[in-house]
Amino acid sequence: MSDLTLKVDNLHVHFPTPAGVVKAVNGVTFTLRQRERLGLVGESGSGKTTTALALMRLLAPPARIPHGSMILDGVDLLALSEEKMRQARFAEISMVPQGAMNSLNPVMRIRSQFVELFQAHGQFTSSSDIDARIASLLEQVGLNPSVAGMFPHELSGGMKQRVCIAMAVALRPKVIIADEPTSALDVVVQRQVMETLGRVQEALGATVILVGHDMGLMAQFVDRIGVMYAGRLVEVGPVRTIFRTPKHPYTQMLIASIPTLEQKKLFKGIPGVAPSLLNPPSGCPFHVRCDQRLEHCSRIVPDSIALSPDHWVACHLYPKEEHHDQPA
Amino acid sequence: MSVRYIVQRTAIFVLVIVLAVTVNFAIPRLIPGDPVEQQLAQLSATSSGSMSIDITAMAQAYREKFGLDRPVIEQYFNYWRDILRFEFGYSLSNYPETVSNSISAALPWTLGLVGVSTFISFVIGSLLGGLLAWPRIPRVLRGFIPILMVISAVPYFLLGIILIYTLAIVGRAFPAGGAYTFGSTLRFDLQTIGDILRHAALPATSIIIAGIGSWALSMRGMMISVLGEDYIKLAQAKGLRERRIFLWYGMRNSMLPQLTTLALALGYVVSGAILVEVIFSYPGLGYKLYQAIQTKDYFVVQGIVLMLIIAIGFALYVMDLIYPLIDPRIQYERA
Ligand SMILES: Nc1ncnc2c1ncn2[C@@H]1O[C@H](COP(=O)(O)OP(=O)(O)O)[C@@H](O)[C@H]1O
Ligand SMILES: [Mg+2]
Repeated sequence: MSDLTLKVDNLHVHFPTPAGVVKAVNGVTFTLRQRERLGLVGESGSGKTTTALALMRLLAPPARIPHGSMILDGVDLLALSEEKMRQARFAEISMVPQGAMNSLNPVMRIRSQFVELFQAHGQFTSSSDIDARIASLLEQVGLNPSVAGMFPHELSGGMKQRVCIAMAVALRPKVIIADEPTSALDVVVQRQVMETLGRVQEALGATVILVGHDMGLMAQFVDRIGVMYAGRLVEVGPVRTIFRTPKHPYTQMLIASIPTLEQKKLFKGIPGVAPSLLNPPSGCPFHVRCDQRLEHCSRIVPDSIALSPDHWVACHLYPKEEHHDQPA
Repeated sequence: MSVRYIVQRTAIFVLVIVLAVTVNFAIPRLIPGDPVEQQLAQLSATSSGSMSIDITAMAQAYREKFGLDRPVIEQYFNYWRDILRFEFGYSLSNYPETVSNSISAALPWTLGLVGVSTFISFVIGSLLGGLLAWPRIPRVLRGFIPILMVISAVPYFLLGIILIYTLAIVGRAFPAGGAYTFGSTLRFDLQTIGDILRHAALPATSIIIAGIGSWALSMRGMMISVLGEDYIKLAQAKGLRERRIFLWYGMRNSMLPQLTTLALALGYVVSGAILVEVIFSYPGLGYKLYQAIQTKDYFVVQGIVLMLIIAIGFALYVMDLIYPLIDPRIQYERA
């Protein structure tokens, strides 16, 4: 399909540790369309950040990607040389960092941190031209162009994150990954920053992957949600479908755990703890905590089943007969 | 840079100097007994009796020189006047040479040898330490880490002795001591400079190697913590080149605490690298200080110590002034 931007297929990430191999990502498969916003949710340790870093090939050694492919606009990112991948970063696939407070180099002015970005990608033309570009980028994210002359410590957390967003779109990438971009900010600023991110994304026509565990923020921002559990994508579907008719028992618990004003006394957590990725349980990784467990759940890993062309779930509760072909 | 900040720092520096000079003035006067007589008595005890007349003359000269019979306040102001003129009195062991002559003769050798070697050691050590912390360096380089630890634990004078034995006595490749070939006249020509460099090679090497270990280890520690910072991850995500990230993100940020240590080390340079200078009979301030202590040449010791305090105070003062330029987070106003 022509409007496909990113196709991630059967992605695995392993971290060799002295205690054994941590299988942080276990066969993640999803596709992204142009201009789409995909949310990745799941409790911490479920492999969201690892997936995001893998997409930019930023996992530090000894991390390995033993299987999988990541095709961005027809280019297999895993097949690129290190130098080609470096050139692709921020130019094709960029990211808005999680730690807004410390993500900018404290000893460099904002302007220099833009300039080095253009230089690293061979896009430095002339000083005046670059200054104009920086000014317009800063304006786009709602900052005064004079911010270029400042040091990071002179900016508030929200302003720093806006600078990061401006950088993330500076080279007009196709995909922007935002890993909990507002977790370090207070609620009011969170909203403004998300609005800014949405605005520049639309202006650019880029695709966004938003990583987070704030289901409220997700509901407002994304088109589709992917639910991760123990390094697997257990359910993917349009945001409305996921909120109204979640299919995977884990998704159901996740949705049920969202506090609402009406039922604030009935706040429900998800019983049990996240499984070890060092010695994952056999079969479906969720079967230990699942309240709808079937007899074979502890033996067989469920395949991903398409309930509708856009809604996928990996759970034995949904038999294979209703199988649709995956779009792609 | 705000004027207030500069004024504040300057005031602190001046205060340090005033205190140092005052303490230097007060200590000998607080010691019971007459320091001049004490010194001269010791001198006469160690020399033959025929010198006794000269010693009385010397004591007389000192009393006049220092006006020790005058009121303390007057003595204090005179002391200041002398210091501002760079006059610290006479050397006791080399009378009538003045302390300032003695210091001026030794200072250039020390600044040249110890100052330059300290700086070279800092540059090589910091770079090495930074590289050793970098994850994508060849594995063999990591073998350096334990070697550096051993080297940083070996005292530099021991290194000096080893160098003299291997390269000067056995190898005969370098002179074993001195700053230049004995008896030669110092001129500004290539031959003299070459001779001076050949004499400086071994002591410089021992200072450089001995320093590299600790510079590298502290830099490595800083670099490891800087590498964990979020801005390093964003720099990689931006697709910056490895060298750029290493220098402008890694080294640049790890360097900040190193520079304070460097300022202190450079301040200490004026006291010379005492043991290296002694082992290599290098005519610098360290050797002079050693000799002065041995011969109880009180005024020379006092002059060198005062200079040391001023030099360290000055180095820290300069550091204070340039630190806001290298770390913009330092607030000029809040200082
Ligand atoms: N460098 C690493 N070495 C070993 N294990 C790691 C490393 N990074 C992440 N992990 C493990 O991988 C799993 C997934 O982590 P992460 O992707 O950060 O989860 P999330 O972002 O969903 O909270 C966790 O169990 C974590 O402990
Ligand atoms: Mg995470």
